[in-house]
Amino acid sequence: MPRKIMGRCFAFAMILLSVSLPVFANDGVDARINEAVKPFADAVAGFIFSSFPLGGVQIPFVLVWLIFAATLFTLYFRFINIRAFKHGFQLVRGDYNDPMSAGEVTHFQALATALSGTVGLGNIAGVAVAVSLGGPGATFWMILAGLLGMSSKFVECTLGVKYRNEYTDGTVSGGPMYYLSKGLAERSPALKTLGKVLAVLFAVFCVGGSFGGGNMFQANQSFMQLVSVTGGEASWLADKGWLFGIVIAVLVGLVVIGGIQGIARVTSKIVPLMAVIYVSAGLVIIFMNLAEVPAALTAIVSGAFSAQGISGGVIGVLFQGFKRAAFSNEAGIGSAAIAHSAVKTNRPVTEGFVALYEPFIDTVVVCTITALVIIITGTWNPSVDPSQGVALTSAAFESSISWFPWVLTVAVVLFAFSTMISWSYYGLKAWTYLFGESMITDAVYKLLFLFFIVVGSSMQLGSVIDFSDAMIFAMAFPNILGIYFLLPVVRKELDDYWADYKAGNLRKFGKAANRD
Amino acid sequence: MSKVLLVGVDCSNCSNRAFEYAADRAEMSKAQLIVVHVIDWSPFSFNTPQENEERHRRREDELQRAHKEIIDPMVDDLREKGVFARGVIRHGHPAETLNEVAKEFGATNIIIGKTGSSRIKSQLFGSVANTLVQISKIPVTVVP
Repeated sequence: MPRKIMGRCFAFAMILLSVSLPVFANDGVDARINEAVKPFADAVAGFIFSSFPLGGVQIPFVLVWLIFAATLFTLYFRFINIRAFKHGFQLVRGDYNDPMSAGEVTHFQALATALSGTVGLGNIAGVAVAVSLGGPGATFWMILAGLLGMSSKFVECTLGVKYRNEYTDGTVSGGPMYYLSKGLAERSPALKTLGKVLAVLFAVFCVGGSFGGGNMFQANQSFMQLVSVTGGEASWLADKGWLFGIVIAVLVGLVVIGGIQGIARVTSKIVPLMAVIYVSAGLVIIFMNLAEVPAALTAIVSGAFSAQGISGGVIGVLFQGFKRAAFSNEAGIGSAAIAHSAVKTNRPVTEGFVALYEPFIDTVVVCTITALVIIITGTWNPSVDPSQGVALTSAAFESSISWFPWVLTVAVVLFAFSTMISWSYYGLKAWTYLFGESMITDAVYKLLFLFFIVVGSSMQLGSVIDFSDAMIFAMAFPNILGIYFLLPVVRKELDDYWADYKAGNLRKFGKAANRD
Repeated sequence: MSKVLLVGVDCSNCSNRAFEYAADRAEMSKAQLIVVHVIDWSPFSFNTPQENEERHRRREDELQRAHKEIIDPMVDDLREKGVFARGVIRHGHPAETLNEVAKEFGATNIIIGKTGSSRIKSQLFGSVANTLVQISKIPVTVVP
């Protein structure tokens, strides 16, 4: 029966889209959508990124908030990002997977699912923006932010598993909504209301983030790349963002409304492959230009501390690096905690160790490769229009591998698609936390999500990026504030587990057991 | 301790032949027969968040179905014949898991059917029988 209802909702969505088609038929539709949404997007961004001046640059408070938290977590958990790095790998490799739980969600699977939501455009377009605005030095701060972000992910994902809901029908659901409300209430009755408020705020921003960075930004950037690879301004597609949006919306709709999991499943298998191709191509270019690598590394390090010609000087460089790292790996944002909480484990902290690998792979490895390619090929240039995003990375790869922009286009569209699928899930979880679970609330969210895909691909990058950033970063306020109250909980979980680990009380299975 | 035989079954016809062959052997030699069904699963697959959320429930469903449709009728059948039988259902890589279970129960012989796939297909993707023959430390009987 539910299938039938879903089918109807889907039909309804399609009708909605086709009815809106005549509106799109006029010339300059994209411009009109842009005009309508821009003031709102700008206002939201302006509010979230309220900033204070420091060293001649406006520093958004939210960035300080994120970096301060990541640094504090790193210190409070005594460099857990380094300390648990090896053990996290053992967990991902499956050394501790009990064969009796075979068939449940493994650490690897939880990590892979979370990664497919973060590895994507942030690594390709975001890095290009950071390097063009902040110079090579931005890379240094990006890597540092990635390393610190590992500690934030550790805390979030541990809490995500600890306070997840396990329903009688055997499904699980977790994330900041649950640890903020349940966790704070458990700490003290006095915190109950605060926990509830933070959870609701988080859920509201998460829904916003799922429309912004998890959706419009993705649609927008993949469309831009498609236009640039098919001939730029002269491309037939150039003013048909809405058309691209509708096509993507239909595909996403088939998955999230039509329940055609096959498409999602195929994507979830192709995306890791595309990531491998992307990273390999990056490494090939780096090896082809091995002689330039030392100079690039020097530029990264020296540029980090002496910023010539960069607006805002060193602070400006730092700001660009941190900002793009945070946007790419989402550490402290809380989204990953939703994806990680489905894992099968009775020690929540294990998922925290595994989650360390997310910012590491996403930022320290993938973003650095992108940055190196851009710097080595000399494609970065302070005068380049920052709104070029993907196009800049594309040009960097093209200068060494002429046909690569085509591959990159496929990768970008697929990354965008899988990120949208992930974020539609995060957003829906937050949405149902707010409005309860029912066919109607589900359908309303999903239709809105599809609508924003069309909006996103029709808007100009500037407002899209600002709005996307704003909504995603807003999630960090309630999330991190709540986490501060829950730090002792994580500390206890960690200390108990670490003692068992050091004492050799944890059982390994299979080949891993024989290795010792 | 009596002899322990292990038979790997899915629901294809070939494994039914393997099952009958194993049942005869067990009956003749008064051996214990472990009937194993492996649900193909990898700990290193890439899933959507939705799949992960429902994984636990799906697993229960899969186990239940395998019990009801495959293993239980076979075990009942064996017990009627007076064979000491036991059913095992696991998730995992079919050949590796059969090998593990065989070790776990101290089996002396693994009996499986051929999957009946074409030569090219088994060249490309390998087959349970081929892999098992390579990794098993005990004799493997492949029933055509």
